[in-house]
Amino acid sequence: MNCEEASLLLHALIDGELDAGHARDVEAHIAICPNCAAQLREFQEFRNGMTPASLRYTAPMSLRSRIEGKLPARAAGTNRRSVIKGFAVGATASALAASGVLVMVMRSDDEQRILGEVVSAHLRSLQAQHLTDVQSSDQHTVKPWFNGKLDVAPPVIDLTALGFTLLGGRLDYVDAKPVAAIVYRRRVHVINLFCAPAPGSSKRGAAMESLYGFNVRRWTENGLNLWAVSDINADELTEFGDKFEAALRQ
Amino acid sequence: MGGVERIMFSADKAGNPVMAGGAVDGNDGGKAERFKQLALPHLDAIYTLARYLLRNTSDADDAVQECYLRAFRHFDSFRGGPIKPWLLAILRNVCHASYAGNTRLVYTADAGSEPDATAAKPIWREDSETPEQMVLRRHESETMWRLIGELPAEFKEVIVLREINDLSYRDIATVIAAPIGTVMSRLARGRKMLREAWIAAEGEGGSP
Repeated sequence: MNCEEASLLLHALIDGELDAGHARDVEAHIAICPNCAAQLREFQEFRNGMTPASLRYTAPMSLRSRIEGKLPARAAGTNRRSVIKGFAVGATASALAASGVLVMVMRSDDEQRILGEVVSAHLRSLQAQHLTDVQSSDQHTVKPWFNGKLDVAPPVIDLTALGFTLLGGRLDYVDAKPVAAIVYRRRVHVINLFCAPAPGSSKRGAAMESLYGFNVRRWTENGLNLWAVSDINADELTEFGDKFEAALRQ
Repeated sequence: MGGVERIMFSADKAGNPVMAGGAVDGNDGGKAERFKQLALPHLDAIYTLARYLLRNTSDADDAVQECYLRAFRHFDSFRGGPIKPWLLAILRNVCHASYAGNTRLVYTADAGSEPDATAAKPIWREDSETPEQMVLRRHESETMWRLIGELPAEFKEVIVLREINDLSYRDIATVIAAPIGTVMSRLARGRKMLREAWIAAEGEGGSP
């Protein structure tokens, strides 16, 4: 390999894009060519000095909603009406079944709306200075902060040892009611765990939903409705929920 | 929502004509939902490329919106695989089609405003970093941002795609519709130019 080839391929080497054979060739050349070795070192240093996160732009919320507004909306409204109408005229469906369906459809719509609110609250929290009202990785600082702000004491659990760092807490509103938002992070991703009092509701297992590219794990436990929202993938969010539930039971 | 679709489906089996109409709407809505779930998470990456390629914010906004609408119109022709390069390629086409030859922009050196360094860095505070370090880091980022913006277009786009959006060579080749060899040579040349500009900037007035 000559210097001309090496000066091109050393970039692919830095980027981890070379197969084993080519990587060995480039490394062999660099071992005997001080000039190319110096180049490799310089570019590696230059690259390590770059901080991609600070060079990235964040799309404004107004643009996001503009795009969402231009895409066809989910045709839920007409569907619901046609479903109900269909059952009303359908000879096979009894009145009892129709009313059962109605309740199911309405409830699912309501949940969808609240899901949208939860994701919006998550997005709002990501704006600068909106993430936490109380910033602490100590659960014994975060939990008492909610005293007197909510009807219930939200479960604040430190999961740092399990890979989810506690960042703090925040008072938020979902469905026009105050809720606790407990904030975690996984690598560079923020997880908001929203807890709303749901007195008298029975335990409901976890369901994973996805909205606007965000994953939401929703469940009901100990008279609380919980939603964990994040842009991490569904598997990791499931892991978060499982670990949280396990820690809660201890 | 899954509940509603299930109900509609069973009703459809009952053979009610009303149900058929509802199902078509449902598919359209379903397509839009699938598209949103796949495409919207990449909004920041798309927006970042647009901001580096186009001069001002409103042009970048318009180009990104046009990119998403175009992508949705052609969503049926999307053959799976990673959607990010596909979207970036559409954005690049939009930038070329709408603005190429137009004197007011494309591929001009002076971009509008710098990335919001406060928003771009993690929104929790890193304990290890002093305010002085933060100021220095911010200052360096601003210089880097300006220098990338000043690169000629064909080098700028591969640098943004590789260093900022973290695409593989194969994906970059898809976006710029060129062979991988071209990606490699442009990246090598672009990095060389960027590094030399960086060193020159550092030489001026002590700090970059």
